[in-house]
Amino acid sequence: MASNDTDLTTRPSVTVHAPGSTASGVEPTGAPVMQLRDVSVYYGSYEAVRGTTMPIQQNQVTAMIGPSGCGKSTVLRALNRMNDPIPGARVSGDVLFHGQDLYARDVDPIQVRRRIGMVFQKPNPFPKSIYDNVAYGLRINGIKGRLDDHVEEALTKAALWDEVKDKVRKSALALSGGQQQRLCIARTIAVKPEVILMDEPCSALDPIATAKIEDLMFELTSDYTIVIVTHNMQQAARVSHYTAFFTAEVDDKQVRHGRLVEFSQTGKLFTNPTDKRTEDYITGRFG
Amino acid sequence: MTLTNKTPASRSALAQRGGSALGDRVFSWWTLGTGLLVLAILGLILITTVREAWPAFDAMGPRFLTERIWDPNPATGEAIFGALSFAYGTAISSLIALLFAVPVSVGIALFLTELAPRRLRGPAVTVIDLLAAVPSVVFGLWGILVVAPAMVPVYQGLHDLLGGVPVLGRLFGPVSSGRNFMTAGLILAIMITPIVTSITREVFSTVPRADKDAALALGATRWEMIRGAVFPHSFGGVVGAVMLGLGRAMGETIAVALVIGGATNISANLFAPGNSMAAVIVQQFGESTGTFTAALIGLGVVLFAMTVLINVLAQTVVRRAEARMKGSVA
Repeated sequence: MASNDTDLTTRPSVTVHAPGSTASGVEPTGAPVMQLRDVSVYYGSYEAVRGTTMPIQQNQVTAMIGPSGCGKSTVLRALNRMNDPIPGARVSGDVLFHGQDLYARDVDPIQVRRRIGMVFQKPNPFPKSIYDNVAYGLRINGIKGRLDDHVEEALTKAALWDEVKDKVRKSALALSGGQQQRLCIARTIAVKPEVILMDEPCSALDPIATAKIEDLMFELTSDYTIVIVTHNMQQAARVSHYTAFFTAEVDDKQVRHGRLVEFSQTGKLFTNPTDKRTEDYITGRFG
Repeated sequence: MTLTNKTPASRSALAQRGGSALGDRVFSWWTLGTGLLVLAILGLILITTVREAWPAFDAMGPRFLTERIWDPNPATGEAIFGALSFAYGTAISSLIALLFAVPVSVGIALFLTELAPRRLRGPAVTVIDLLAAVPSVVFGLWGILVVAPAMVPVYQGLHDLLGGVPVLGRLFGPVSSGRNFMTAGLILAIMITPIVTSITREVFSTVPRADKDAALALGATRWEMIRGAVFPHSFGGVVGAVMLGLGRAMGETIAVALVIGGATNISANLFAPGNSMAAVIVQQFGESTGTFTAALIGLGVVLFAMTVLINVLAQTVVRRAEARMKGSVA
């Protein structure tokens, strides 16, 4: 990696655009770490999500909510180029990370994902030991220093160390679903990303495991910026500082598109939404 | 409706349905029967071959396995039947085949599952499967008419280049003709590539998207993703594919008989002619009688035993490796 801290290219060139502007109607707590500007995501010729503009504030939790098929997961995956391996997937508009467009020609998606990690819906530890799961990212990223210390640190931060410290060489698959998901979080924070994307991280977990992950998210905001997609509105209200409400719209050609309806501070969105559709959704009249 | 209702109609609603219960029974007998049939056939083959081979085992004793001389019609004295040279030929030609076929097959399978554009996959798979449909005698004829002569200069070049190196040089000894262990191994490699590729591809395609995503999301390159997510998940299946290929290579008869050179020979020199058990059986069975015939069947028994042994060994290896890789699940 190049010495420049925000450089995502494989070559040591610097491509810094103007800093992202903040969306209207939101009081920022500082310069946003990420900024989406008119982002549309396509699968082939199908426009899955149309024209999304929103900031991701540093050390805050941003939630994306909305009914199924509204494109919230699609947008999330566009934030660290996880849509790249899907044939025909394409992004237009700007996804800015520290002002740098993640889809610029000379940006290396590997470096992007190294800086913007992801936790998935279903806990997906590798079929390896707990230790090797956490060490995997450290090894491929050539992180120096004592591997043992890094592994312990990551597991501690993910609130899992006390439960697994006597069995780190045992299979990760023997852990419970909630423990597996915290292991996946440990694996992600081990490589020290700046942003962690979470795609419905609790949807496969029971309420107690969910509560543990939510507590963990709150603690992680001291070091990380979190973006979470969730089906659960109470969860969004509990854990997030900002909320983006997406919905699916049918245009004049009868084609469905995901759309960002409203973005604001979570308290405001849930108590005093600006848009009628947001109000209908959060009051349970729709979706 | 309540369950305590005693009218005939409601009772029959919970009674066994006659027709489908019969179907269930027939199905279970059928599957059990076919399963037992396989075991029965295997057992019968083993019993009859051992019985037919007994005169040779009886005459040679354990020497049948340790003797390298095979002389059915000696000028003077008793005939000698030693399987060792042919067992060596079977092992070395199959080993060469694996050495070439496995990396190629894994490469093709990875290309087809991870890299190839979607519209290229179908045609590529068809072409590879076609390779499996070529009769082995055609491979043999191609080997003896085309490959063997064409490879002689290559072998000669390798001998000139590496023949002088200590230890390693012994593998690349003098070349007498194109028909040798190496050519047999190469032909076998081509013959087993389709089956190994096909199964390896199936195994790779069962790796969950979630595992691959997990690796990519940690900043893995495509190769790191393959090493970290695809290989650990596929190890057992790939070994299974290799074992099937090995089984086919060890049992291959006519193609090997045509290109291996037909000599009773144990030599480290890969460019020396030799023979394999299956090839000897097909070459000599027609002109054999009595103990000679028994000895050829005995080769079959040894081949059978070798295949079973290797498969058991492979299963043990897979179990151990998987346990080590996953960490124990206790």
